[in-house]
Amino acid sequence: MYFGSGSRGEKLSTLKLTVVQYGILFMMLALAAGLWRLQVLRVDDYRMQAEQNRVRKVPVMAGRGKLFDRENRLIVDNYPSVSCRLVREQNRNVDDDLPLIARGLNLDLEQLRSTLRRYRARPVYEPIPIKQDISADEQAFIEAHRNELPELETIDEERRLYPRDGFAAHLIGYVGEVSEEDLNQTRYAAYEPGDVVGKAGVEETYDEVLRGQDGSRDVVVDSHGREVGYLGIQHAIPGQDLKLTIDIDIQRTAELALGDANGAVVVMDPRNGEILALVSHPSYDPNAFAVRINRNDWNQLIENPNHPLMNKAIQDQLAPGSTFKIIMSAAGLQEGVAQDMHVNCVGGGTFYGRFFHCDKHHGVLNISQAIPLSCDTFFYTLAQKLGIDTIAQYATSFGIGQKTGIDLPDEKAGVMPSTQWEMKNYHQKYYAGNTISVGIGQGETQVTPLQLARALGGIASGGHFVRPHLVDPVANKLSPEFQQGIKDSFPGSGDKSVPLNPDTWMIITDGMAAATTTGTAAASHLEGIDFAGKTGTAQVVGGGDTHTKGGAKTPNSWFVGMAPRRNPEIVVAVLQEHGDWGSLSAHIAAQIVTAYVNKKRMADHNLRDKAALDKPVEVGAVWTEPAPADHHRHGASGGDSVLHAGHFMVAPAPLAAAKSLASSHPLLPGWLLSMPLRFKEEQP
Amino acid sequence: MRRFLSFRDFDWTLLVMVLALCTLSVFEIYSATLHTKYVGFHTKQLFFIAGGLAAMLLFSKIDYHRLLDWVPWAYGIGLLALVAVRLVGHRVLGAKRWISVGPVHFQPSEWVKLILILIVARYFANLGGHSLTWREILRAFAMVGLPMALVLIQPDLGTALTYTPILVAGLFLGGINLRQALVLSVCGTALIVGVWSSGKILKPYQKARLTSFINPDNDPKGTGYQIKQSLIAVGSGGIWGKGAAKGTQTQGDFLPIPHADFIFAAFGEEHGFVGAVFVLLLYFFILMRLIQNAQTAADLSGSLIIMGVVAVLTFQIAVNVGMVIGFMPVTGIPLPLMSYGGSSVLFTFLALGVAMNVRMRRFVN
Repeated sequence: MYFGSGSRGEKLSTLKLTVVQYGILFMMLALAAGLWRLQVLRVDDYRMQAEQNRVRKVPVMAGRGKLFDRENRLIVDNYPSVSCRLVREQNRNVDDDLPLIARGLNLDLEQLRSTLRRYRARPVYEPIPIKQDISADEQAFIEAHRNELPELETIDEERRLYPRDGFAAHLIGYVGEVSEEDLNQTRYAAYEPGDVVGKAGVEETYDEVLRGQDGSRDVVVDSHGREVGYLGIQHAIPGQDLKLTIDIDIQRTAELALGDANGAVVVMDPRNGEILALVSHPSYDPNAFAVRINRNDWNQLIENPNHPLMNKAIQDQLAPGSTFKIIMSAAGLQEGVAQDMHVNCVGGGTFYGRFFHCDKHHGVLNISQAIPLSCDTFFYTLAQKLGIDTIAQYATSFGIGQKTGIDLPDEKAGVMPSTQWEMKNYHQKYYAGNTISVGIGQGETQVTPLQLARALGGIASGGHFVRPHLVDPVANKLSPEFQQGIKDSFPGSGDKSVPLNPDTWMIITDGMAAATTTGTAAASHLEGIDFAGKTGTAQVVGGGDTHTKGGAKTPNSWFVGMAPRRNPEIVVAVLQEHGDWGSLSAHIAAQIVTAYVNKKRMADHNLRDKAALDKPVEVGAVWTEPAPADHHRHGASGGDSVLHAGHFMVAPAPLAAAKSLASSHPLLPGWLLSMPLRFKEEQP
Repeated sequence: MRRFLSFRDFDWTLLVMVLALCTLSVFEIYSATLHTKYVGFHTKQLFFIAGGLAAMLLFSKIDYHRLLDWVPWAYGIGLLALVAVRLVGHRVLGAKRWISVGPVHFQPSEWVKLILILIVARYFANLGGHSLTWREILRAFAMVGLPMALVLIQPDLGTALTYTPILVAGLFLGGINLRQALVLSVCGTALIVGVWSSGKILKPYQKARLTSFINPDNDPKGTGYQIKQSLIAVGSGGIWGKGAAKGTQTQGDFLPIPHADFIFAAFGEEHGFVGAVFVLLLYFFILMRLIQNAQTAADLSGSLIIMGVVAVLTFQIAVNVGMVIGFMPVTGIPLPLMSYGGSSVLFTFLALGVAMNVRMRRFVN
């Protein structure tokens, strides 16, 4: 046994033990106070932090509205895709992970770093989109590195699928990620980084309608970012589908007819302003923008001398050439000057001491002969008699030198010179000699194809001018506020009436009809169709009388045609840059008018086929092949092989049938030609 | 002279409180490991507790005076074991703490804790409660300092630190006077400051760990993250807690090792302020009961043994709970009777067994 000295009887002092007891009490109170501070005083703060820890808002992307043509045929579709985003909230330094991320997602490390730098100023809780439309392999990489790279997250989205080969690209436009600069503007205040917005065409104008509203899911995650459940969901509201006024058949015909020429085609219904087709060539592939476009492709688009990104139908501002003579005629006839005017053309004439050339020796002619033959001398004389301001007054009232107000972004206004314009821009008096050139559509006058289509179509409609548009607000049930917003955002001459005297109307329309029968466009004469129009061969600055097609000094080729001649249902404006003679464009317009008339006649004629036409047609082959096969929901592989002959893949059946019909169709009775009535009313 | 010792003399009140804590521990370990790879650890903890109880009964049978007789031998063996760990120990997570004898793995440093309680009690009891000379104080320092140094180089800072309260309690109760205490405090402070600023003994990451409780951003990936998550867990528990197995921090794997070092945070999250204070009260009553036992002990050595146990338990509770609520650095000291772990459970029950032993023999002589 243990018997240490002095161990018996010795006791610990009670005082010391009491001190220890109080010490322990004090410690316990301190700990309890600490608990009180955390669990009672700051409970709200910590509850919030706990929620932030485990609940993450994952966006549910709204599907963008699809685009259909006027017969409900699908033009622009969506396909499901997965994007990768980087969340900076994680408790870690992301910089060290970048090389691994770049490798796994096949990104350029420097580009990834610069992406992160661009978002540095944004709040930390906003995820950074780092790659869109990731492949299955890349998805597997993210899944496999959940623990090492918890900052990566994937979201499902719907991605735009555009027609391939740039079909209708300029009118559709494209979508892209909203840029950092845009985000700082008030217009984009509601947008977040990575949001997709329309950047051109209908996609931009109608973005608000098409985009829908993203929803979100409150996802419960563990400390590794693994999803372990979800609390609630706010469903996305998909965007509204839009029905365009475009007719795929006409659009396709127009694109094929224009072929490889640089230029534009506008096909419009002058009764209501509905655009049936809008072509600009060369085109681009909007699908390249749907996923972020790479720098090389972008530079190529920007540096291409033929300006593929430019919508030439509304942005190309060029001298109208002889097509302007229709406006001159209207002015002259309305002023009462042109009716009894007889001019002797001897291959030109001398005005203000200078000799102005005409193509031919036309001899003595009046206005009814001058329009189809496009005699310059006649219109030089008319221009001299009218004076620049009268010409400008009429031209302006027909919409020259102003935007038309079409619902597409960045329309150009063109130029209509006048004494006032000269003073304002050059601070000098207008030189009267310039009026002579203006009279034949040269000089400083600049128009867009769309302006010409609206102006000439309006004159042929007796002075009824319309605002061109691609989306019918009534058919698409757009809200009145939105309709007004569109009108305010795209101001222009719009719908307007400039009453023309009946004889003005008759003389001009007959003159244009003669142009396609015996005049400058006689080669494009269409049997059985009341086809009228006016050619234009507009010399370019510094260009002489060179006539090599496509050369830099070769004239621009114009044609504006319509059918029927009075109160037309369709007006077609064709521009071929450096395309030489206007008659060459007349040929393109003739093909489009033929396609239109044949389709319409067949539809009106055969009610059984008409019923078939009204049904939505599967037009699968219009789209670019999406990468994986399972995305190809419209996969009409059979259709591909059938349709590959042409440039574009559009439902062929009715049109092809119409073409074969047309070739064997008995000619319509001759009286139809002279009847200024609509086809519909002509049908027995 | 041996009198029959009845189990009526056993401290049933203490045992009930201890078992109450053990029950809470088993339930909380079950809840905290529910969705982790540690699922099922509550059953293992039950076995540890059963083993601990058996060892406790065994130890209460042996007269503590005999234990004090044996303790110098045990001390020597303990030192040898610590050296052996250095030579043939297993490396776990970068530290050599474990040694194997046949199929049994054990941590000598835990046993040394118990040995130190006994030998320090023996040492100061032999001095008889008189004023201490400097030589006697230094011997006490050497007695505790030698094994402490051996544990420190394992390295196991946490366990080494738990040796200090044994020494402090021994000195305080053994008869140190105010002047000596002041001198020692000053020296100790100077030593700590010296070690801290020398820049050689503590590596920067260790310093970051030790200060991260003040500013968690000092060590955002390691202990700073742990402290932050622990604070969120405890704080978000509120007054009544989120309910058993419903703590988002615990179940979502945000809270580090919620069944071991941070079990109090898990408990605080799921059972709130009320639950946490209830646990603290249990600890408080256990400690008060032990101190009462120390007062009624038959002799000075018995009192000193119990007070050594009280010192170690108090220190562990203060440091562990302090860590969980952001008052103390993360040192890896488990919460006695709550944290999962065989060595910790066994030590606590053995220590309590010795304390029981003293109480059961309070009427001897």
